[in-house]
Order: sequence, then C-alpha cells, then structure tokens
Amino acid sequence: MAKTWVFVEETEEGPATVGLELLTKARGFGGELAAVFLGNGSEENLAALGAHGASKVFHMTPSDALPTAAAAAALADLAGSHSPDLILFGLTYTGRDVAGRLSARIGKTILSNATDIAMEGGMVTVTNEILGGMTLVDAIFENDPPYLVIARPKSFPAEPSGGGAPEIETVSLPDVGHAGSAIVTASHTEHLEGPKLEDAAIVVAAGRGIGTEEGFAVIEELASKLGAATAATRAIVDAGWVAYSKQVGQTGKTVKPDVYIAAGVSGAMQHLVGMKDSKVIIAINKDEEAPIFGVSDLGVVGDLHKVLPKLIEALGNR
Amino acid sequence: MRVAVCVKQIPDPASPYDLDPDTHFVVRPTDQVLDDTDRYGVEMGLQLAEQTEGTVTLVSMGPSGNLQGIRQALAMGADKAVIIDDGTLQGSDSLATAGILAAAIQREGFDLVIAGTESTDGYAGILPQQLAEFLGVPALTFAKKVSVEGDTVRIERQTQTGYDEVEAPVPALVSVTAGVVEPRYPTFKGIMQAKSKPVETLTAGDLGVEVTTKQKIIAIRPAPERASGELIEDDGEAHLKIVALLEQAKVI
Repeated sequence: MAKTWVFVEETEEGPATVGLELLTKARGFGGELAAVFLGNGSEENLAALGAHGASKVFHMTPSDALPTAAAAAALADLAGSHSPDLILFGLTYTGRDVAGRLSARIGKTILSNATDIAMEGGMVTVTNEILGGMTLVDAIFENDPPYLVIARPKSFPAEPSGGGAPEIETVSLPDVGHAGSAIVTASHTEHLEGPKLEDAAIVVAAGRGIGTEEGFAVIEELASKLGAATAATRAIVDAGWVAYSKQVGQTGKTVKPDVYIAAGVSGAMQHLVGMKDSKVIIAINKDEEAPIFGVSDLGVVGDLHKVLPKLIEALGNR
Repeated sequence: MRVAVCVKQIPDPASPYDLDPDTHFVVRPTDQVLDDTDRYGVEMGLQLAEQTEGTVTLVSMGPSGNLQGIRQALAMGADKAVIIDDGTLQGSDSLATAGILAAAIQREGFDLVIAGTESTDGYAGILPQQLAEFLGVPALTFAKKVSVEGDTVRIERQTQTGYDEVEAPVPALVSVTAGVVEPRYPTFKGIMQAKSKPVETLTAGDLGVEVTTKQKIIAIRPAPERASGELIEDDGEAHLKIVALLEQAKVI
C-alpha cells in the first residue's frame, strides 16, 4: 500500500489551498495519507488537514528564522525513518524552497510543475504542460522512493472527505548551522483592493497593449465595475508597471475564473499556461494574429482604449 | 565580494523549441540567447560587485554553441565565465545540474551566488534551492529587492500575500525575480570587451563530479485542444458582444 505525504504550509487564511488540493488528490491513491504541516497550527488548521484526508499530521512550528532549510532537514530525517513512497508539494514559494533543499539533501530528483499525478501499482507518472499548455509531457522517476513532486495550484479540486481529527506528531526543526542562518526580520502584507486574484470569478488582465503604466487605470476601472480581480502579464510586471503579485502565467499565478478578460495581451506561452483553463476567455487585441485569439471564446480585434471605455459605460448603465 | 551568477543559454523563445523525438530533449541550436530572466541576476550581481569592489563570474551548464548568450552577459560587464559543456550531461534534471554548478562555483570560490527563480525553457523552479543545499548556504529566495551591507545580505522575499524582509550572513545564495532591477544594455565598448574576456569550458570530469539524472520522459502528447470561438473586428459595437457573453456566463 502506498504511503503518501503532502507538505502543507500555513497561510494567513489557514492551510495553503494547494495543500488541501493535493490531499484531496492523494486520497484517491489509497493507502496511508499524512500531511507535513509547517505553521503555528491552530486546532482549526489541523482539523482542516484531517477533513481533507490526512490521518496523521507531522507538525513543524517555525521560529523567526526562514524555516525552509531546517524544514527540509527535518523532512529528510522523517522520510528516512518512515519511508514514504511519495511526497507532494504545492508550487508555492515555500513549497519550492523546502522541496528543492530536500531533494538535494536526500539525492532524489523532483518532477515539478505537475498538473496531473497518476499512481498505478506503485508506479507514479507525473504530467506537466509545456509550450504554453499545448503539449503534455508524462515523466517517471528512475530513483527509489520517496518520489518528490511539485504540483501547480488548481490542478485538482480541494474537497473535504469528512475525515476526523488527525493524529498529531510534533516535529522539532533541527539546527542546520549556516544553511539555516537566514532570519525573517519583518513581514509585510499588501492589502489589495477587490477580490483575491486566485479566487476571483472574473479576472481582467492587462498586457503590453495597455501602452503605458497609466494605461492600467482602465483595467482597474473595468475590474471594479465587474467586481473582478486585476492581473498582468510578465512583460508589464517586468516593466515595473504592475506588482509582481498580479502576474499570471508560468512564473506567476494560475487562475481558472469563470471569465477571463485579456486586454492587450498577446498570449505568449508564458502567460497562456496560467489562464487557459478559464471557463470563458474574452480577448481584445489590435493584432488579429495574436495567439491569445487561439484560446478565446470571443476575440475582438480592436483598440482596448476604445473598446473598454465603452464597455465600462455600458456596464454602468445596467 | 565575489559574486557568482548562474546563467543559461536557451533557444530564442521567439521561435518555439523542438524536442528530439527519440530522447525527448530540447534540440539546442548553435545560436542560443541569454535567458531573458537571467539579465536581472547579472545586473544585480554587477551592482553588488560595483558597490563592494568585487567580481562577477558567470557560471553556466549546457552546450556552448557559439557562446552568443554568454557574450551578452559578459558585454553587460561580467568579468569572466565558466561553462560546463559536456555531452554526457545532455538531458540533465535540475538536481544533476545543481550538483555540477555547485562544484564549479566551489572551485571558483564565492561570497554570493545569484540565480533567477526559474529558467524560461525548463522552469522546474527548484535549482537555486538545490544549489544552496549543496553549497551549505542559506537560500534567500524570490527576492524583489537585494542589498548588501558588510557581510550581511538583505532581501525582500516575495510571499503569497506581500513580502518578508529576510537577511543572512554571506556566503549565501539569492534567487531574484524578474524586475528586481533594470538590466543595463551592453554598450559598444562592453560588446567589444566581451570578445576577449576569459571563458573557461569544463567537463564534469574536470570538476571531478559524477551526476546522474533520475527522471525520464515516457510520452509527449498534444493537450486536448480548446476550441477557439468567434473573432470579430471592432466596429464600435464590440463592447455589446462582450456584455452579451458576460450575461451568458451569468457573471453580471
């Protein structure tokens, strides 16, 4: 029987959603399922892990040090004594840090950017998307377990199973010397207006086609009219026009809203991978050859600075 | 401060890359460009080296080709480059790559290692962390701002909800997000100088390390295609079509 572990970090809103998604997915593998939880861990948070299928939780509490090196070392020790077959991580900043260090520490490869994971008779196949999601790649491990996988958020739904309170094992973070010497001296939360990008039902995204930094104003206006979140392509984040936290794509966030409105977005592969699974895609671009039109339900060849103000006005009159 | 910057030459992203049908490896043309995201790391390295009267060494693994991408980074101002070009490393996973880069960086000596958060072509996004573990140093990752004061490196680390201020003593590794600094354009003088800057080419054997890749692609298949819908020219009334579709989607 397979033994699967899911690494879950704590966020301000509870266990990271991608962790709950992975627990949900891993329930389908059968066998034993445990969570490795990095966070302060209120009773509520630990119960959420149980409700999503973890019968056991290895609980690590961070100090003011950046916990990633120590968490990787603790996880390496745990893996050594418990021999899990599969350890899943979400593609988050901390998930990547812990998975990467663990991989080097125990000499096991990682299959990253997974959008699907299949387990059949102990054989694990991991699927990821390349070329903007147009091509799927299936890969397998050639080392002994534990198999390490990092999965993209929103690849699987998060659904509670009605599982009860998990057994909790407290795991202390070891002293890893110089490698663990980074400390967190302050934390800042950016309070963004409107709904959270990852959870919004409507997303209005801007690309280079907005022309200037000031061009983002019309995107914000439309978003506010629709109760939507705003998003951006890498090009305009790199240009410094929009905050990195709004970036959608390979390097940024993955979103699957009901409606994705792409304004002045060409549809570089980098971007498509983060939004192509939206239910309805509406694109406005001057260039009729823009690749974004290849995935759009409605494509408008035109100037966003003409179309969007009219759209805002029409919505205002409703 | 001795700064090592990890860089990668990749096929020009403007033309989608090909995969070898037998090995499933990316076919690497002779002409490869500097991964665009690496320009931020190179710029960061240059600024910190300038501040501390230090040096910048580029470290790269992959087929050298005509070194076009490496010369781009040298033209920005890096002092020299070490490239591990070894046919036996073709198709390496990030763990094997990190092992090789760690050996090369250790051989050079370093105070600070800078890398991008992920490459544009492979984008596994874990190499900096693996590299830091091999080097036994703290990894200050996803930096959107970096500064050095004495022997302390400080960054603003991107988080899901904002950012953390993180600091560590050197030696350390920093991974930078695109946009951390504005990369400089090479000057004519820089381009000319780059032609004569030292580029050392090594094999895994030269470094005395042996790595093996422990993952294998078993299939490459097309994703289920998303049917594209209607394409209309804006005749001044296109916004009405959008409103109609928003209504149909029941979001307004």
